[in-house]
Amino acid sequence: MDKHTKEVLVQPIFRNNPIALQVLGICSALAVTSKMAPTLVMCISVIITVALSNASVAAIRAHIPSSIRIIVQMTVIASLVIVIEQVLKAFVYDIYKSMSVFVGLIITNCIVMGRAEAFAMKNPVGLSFLDGIGNTLGYSAVLISVAVVRELTGSGKLFGYSILQPATEGGWYVPNGLMLMPPSAFFLIAIFIWIVRTVYPNQVEKEG
Amino acid sequence: MLEHYLGLFVKSVFIENMALSFFLGMCTFLAVSKKVETALSLGIAVTFVQAITVPANNLVFNHLLKPGALAWMGLEKSDLTFLGLITYIGIVAAIVQILEMGLDRYVPTLYNALGIFLPLITVNCAILGGTLLMVERDYSFGESVVYGVGSGAGWALAIVALAGVREKLKYSDVPDGLKGLGITFITAGLMALAFMLFGGISL
Repeated sequence: MDKHTKEVLVQPIFRNNPIALQVLGICSALAVTSKMAPTLVMCISVIITVALSNASVAAIRAHIPSSIRIIVQMTVIASLVIVIEQVLKAFVYDIYKSMSVFVGLIITNCIVMGRAEAFAMKNPVGLSFLDGIGNTLGYSAVLISVAVVRELTGSGKLFGYSILQPATEGGWYVPNGLMLMPPSAFFLIAIFIWIVRTVYPNQVEKEG
Repeated sequence: MLEHYLGLFVKSVFIENMALSFFLGMCTFLAVSKKVETALSLGIAVTFVQAITVPANNLVFNHLLKPGALAWMGLEKSDLTFLGLITYIGIVAAIVQILEMGLDRYVPTLYNALGIFLPLITVNCAILGGTLLMVERDYSFGESVVYGVGSGAGWALAIVALAGVREKLKYSDVPDGLKGLGITFITAGLMALAFMLFGGISL
C-alpha cells in the first residue's frame, strides 16, 4: 500500500474526522448511541453502505451527467440501504425494531452523500472504496466511544451485561439516568470535539 | 376530531420536536444556524416541503405500497413495502425539484430567499424522517397533513432559537477547542434539555 492510499484510509479516523470536523452524519450519532448493540449494528451498516456506494458511484462517475448526479447517487444509496434493511429485518429483528426509522435514515445520512459527492465523483473505484471505509471508521470511532460512555454511566451495563452493579440490584452504582436521555449525546460529542481539537490545534475554527 | 388534530399538532411541534428530541436534520441544523435570518428562511422552506411530502408519501404508501393496497388492480397479495425507502426519497427529490422550478417561475422573491436551501432539503433527514415516522405510526391522510406541518414547524422553531442563541454567543469568550462546532453542540444539548420539559405532557 503506497503512502497516498494509506492516507486516504487513515486520515479520516482522527485528523479529518467526519463528525468532529466535517459535520457529517450527526443525526444517527446522537440517536442510536444510548445502547451498544444498536450502535454496533448502525456502524456496520454505515460502513458497508458508504464503502459500496462510494465504489459504485466511482465506477459510473464518467457516465453520470452532472445535472442529475444527485438523483443517481440517491438511487444507488437507497438501493443499498434497502438491501441492508432487509438483511437486518431477517437476522436481528429486535435490534432493527429498536432502531426504528434510523436504518432508513442512513440514506439521508450526510456522510454517505457527502463522500459520494466530494470523493467518489473524482477518484477511481479502489481509492473511493478505501475512502468510504476510512471515513466510516472515523464515524464509528465517535459513535462507539459515545455509546460506551452512555450505556456504562447511564445503566451500568455494556451490551446488556452489568459491569457496574446498580444500587437497585444490591450493588453500589447509582445509574445516571440523564446519560440515557438524548441531550447527553450532545455534551459527549462536544467533549470529543474538544479533545480532538486540543490535540490538533490547526482544526480550531476561526471566529466567524 | 378537531381536538385530536390539535393534540397531534402540539405533540409534533413541542413534545416530539424533530431536531431536539429525534435529532433529525442535524447537519443543516448545526451548519446553517449562524444567523437568525437565514435560519428562518430555511425553517420556512423545511416546513413547506414537509407539509407537502408527508401527505404525498402517505397517499403513495396507502394506495400503492401497503400490503394488499394494490387490490384495485386485482393483485390482492401484493406487498411492496420493501420498495418504501427508494420510493419516498424519489418522491421527496421530485417534489423539491418541482417546487424549485415552480417558485423560480411564479414567486421569484421567495425563490431568491430560499434558493440555495431547496436542493439541500432533499438530503435533510428531517424530511425523510417525517415520512418514515408517519409510515411507522400508520397515520391517516388527515393526520399526516397535520403531522407534516407540525413537525416542520417544530424544526423551524428549533433552528431559529438556536440561531438566536448563537448570535449572542459571538460576544462570549469560548475556549479555543470548543469554538464553533463544539459550543454549538453544548448549546443544542441545553436546548434539548429544556425541551424535555414538554416530555411529561400527555395529550
